[in-house]
Amino acid sequence: MQAELINEARRQAEICNACRYCEGYCSVFPSLHAHRTFSDGDITQLANLCHNCRGCYYACQYTTPHEFNLNLPNALAEVRLDSWKALAWPRGFGALFDRSGMVIGAGLVVTFALLFALAQALRPESGAGFYAYMSHGLMVAIFTPAFLLPLAAIGVSLRHYWKMVGGGPLAISDVWAACKSAGRMKNLDGGHGDGCNFEDEDRFSQARRHFHQATLYGFLLCFAATSAGTIMHYLFGMEAPYGLFSLPKLLGVPGGILLCLGTAGLAWLKTKADRHLGAPEVWGGEMAFVLLLFAVSATGLALYAATGTAAVAWLLPIHLATVLTFFLLTPYSKMAHGFFRMAAVAKDAQELRLRGG
Amino acid sequence: MQTDPDIVVIGGGNAALCAAITAAEAGARVTILEAAPKPYRGGNSRHTRNFRCMHDGPLGPLIESYTEDEYFDDLMKVTGGKTDEFLARMVIRTSEECLPWMEAHGVRFQPSLSGTLSLARTNAFFLGGGKSLVNAYYRTADGLGVTANYEAPVTHLEMEDDRVVRVDYTSNGESKSLTPKAVIVASGGFQADTDWLARAWGPAARNFLIRGTPYNRGVVLSDLLDQGIEQVGDPTQCHAVAIDGRAPKFDGGIVTRLDCVPFSIVVNKNAERFYDEGEDVWPKRYAIWGRLVAAQPDQVGYAIIDSKAIDLFMPSVFPPIKADTLEELANKMGLPADRLSKTVSEFNSACGDVSRFHATELDGVATSGLTPAKTNWARPIDQPPYYGYSLRTGVTFTYLGLKVDERAQCAAGNRAISNLWAAGETMAGSILGQGYLAGFGMTIGTVFGRIAGKEAAAYAG
Repeated sequence: MQAELINEARRQAEICNACRYCEGYCSVFPSLHAHRTFSDGDITQLANLCHNCRGCYYACQYTTPHEFNLNLPNALAEVRLDSWKALAWPRGFGALFDRSGMVIGAGLVVTFALLFALAQALRPESGAGFYAYMSHGLMVAIFTPAFLLPLAAIGVSLRHYWKMVGGGPLAISDVWAACKSAGRMKNLDGGHGDGCNFEDEDRFSQARRHFHQATLYGFLLCFAATSAGTIMHYLFGMEAPYGLFSLPKLLGVPGGILLCLGTAGLAWLKTKADRHLGAPEVWGGEMAFVLLLFAVSATGLALYAATGTAAVAWLLPIHLATVLTFFLLTPYSKMAHGFFRMAAVAKDAQELRLRGG
Repeated sequence: MQTDPDIVVIGGGNAALCAAITAAEAGARVTILEAAPKPYRGGNSRHTRNFRCMHDGPLGPLIESYTEDEYFDDLMKVTGGKTDEFLARMVIRTSEECLPWMEAHGVRFQPSLSGTLSLARTNAFFLGGGKSLVNAYYRTADGLGVTANYEAPVTHLEMEDDRVVRVDYTSNGESKSLTPKAVIVASGGFQADTDWLARAWGPAARNFLIRGTPYNRGVVLSDLLDQGIEQVGDPTQCHAVAIDGRAPKFDGGIVTRLDCVPFSIVVNKNAERFYDEGEDVWPKRYAIWGRLVAAQPDQVGYAIIDSKAIDLFMPSVFPPIKADTLEELANKMGLPADRLSKTVSEFNSACGDVSRFHATELDGVATSGLTPAKTNWARPIDQPPYYGYSLRTGVTFTYLGLKVDERAQCAAGNRAISNLWAAGETMAGSILGQGYLAGFGMTIGTVFGRIAGKEAAAYAG
């Protein structure tokens, strides 16, 4: 990892540790205040624990033009990004983070071309719904490795992360605490419950928290819908297409709508927020990722709406291209934050448990 | 052409904002003239962290209860009786209703910070500190239609008979004036004017650091005192504490405090000790050390500890100077090495049984036969690495101010100025004759800010 980014974050953390005014905002500060000195691993953990709620920045009496020049959300965002790059597996793939926007764009073009060509070349003789355009077997052949390999890569990265931050054996309670924290987006509630600072300087609002919740739960519902479909297909021999009152649709349609709204909201907020409180050099890549997730959900809904029409012929490869790009880039795009964040929050729960807090 | 406001509030910190909000809620058109640019708005309130509050049973973040008499006793202890009892008790009694008012106007509290558990019952901590309070109040004021002008230092209040007729200020390098119906002064003390401080205290004051805003230069205070407005408080005195000698000249704030003194020996630039470092726990002693250091040559001190003590106090913003030998430490800190070694060895041989050493209470582990003695936490300094911090005098605020009555109104002779009120640090000397009680400045500012806002709005309306 880059020493100068860690050193800058450490300089700032030491000032914070002598002040402590921000203790109540989020999990970062109680964790920070439990240290006297900060190893590189400590700083990396704090960086991944930070949700970039920005409360500390707007409350800080030492931000520029003050000579201490504190901007902790930025310093931690830079270390966070750098840690994802350094921990990316296979090695070297971390460089993709720097070109996220271009990589996502290229990924979409290439996967669309591939899927469209395959759909044309291997068009099934028969099949209902979208299986009329692409066989179930072909989809499984493409998406099983495209789903599992990136997950395995993330798994390797997380193992390295855990070692780097000095994590011990996880207790069930640590994982549960992490799930509860993420489920409520506790770290974006500002400590007082008024929400975080983002789109309008020091004004607290729930906008970012709620849009993120919609994105998270929408995503999980869509994932659950796909899982339900897989189980119905293999265990019960119930093949797609499914009607509106089937489990995949009951989960997938609200999930898709939530994901659409959530990502659209996050993208809109992102245009209003001050870029310099994040990692400004990857603003575009992060935006591309949010828009990719939006495209996943929007094309999925469109595909469903187009059921039975000729538009399925091109909507299907478009939708599948967004999903495939999303899957393949999970370890090397903003999506990585979800995994590292869960690890950091679990590590924090572990620290709290060991401190007896 | 812009119409003149009903009320001009001079200053942009806690007291000013409480006054502006209260007046605006009463229907007045209010303009704030804040000398600082927007990032530095809020005066010394930016650096504050809590509000001392009377309460009869748990209130907000505060536990148990804190009665009027106990609060008043605490105040009398630090001021040595130099307190206006009538005003002080009024502030204390009113503090209880202030806390919910603050919450209703956007301030958020948090439990007592780590390292400050002793204040959990008496002081309500602002979530995010004073700047977040200031931010919340500016948002609230803005919502009420209050106009806030930054970089708008007031230069003169024109008086006619018993009233202020004009407020002169500069903005973007241009001289401007407003003719409001009423004026509230809430622009702090004069501690950032080094020349004034040096005239009041003596030339040594030029070496003092100013812990807070560089914008409290006392311009309005001096303008009003020159025009015969009644003053209060010892004009030569300031509240000063010992802080890290490497702190910036202005605005270092909370992080420059240094809590290592009780576990150290403190020497002057000649490597000689000059006072009992272990006289009492640090929260009760940091203020006298501001004066002690001010009395030393070049107004500087050096706290020396060894590796046994490095984890016993809150970390400071600047890392200590570190060395494996005392000679090396002395060289790095610019102290005479042989003298420092002699001072340390004399101290070490005066230490006795240290088995009862206890970092957080008065342990009675004292030196014998040493002058000056160290009466608690006296352990030999003998385990390298050694660490050193320089100490300087850091000024928090000045006591000289405008004398006000219980309605926050200013006077000349025994005649009230009919449209002039004051709130906050600029009139705190009316209540606080010497010393300081943590969180009491914000209490005075909030109580008197609200009173001034209400009175001025009633007058203007």
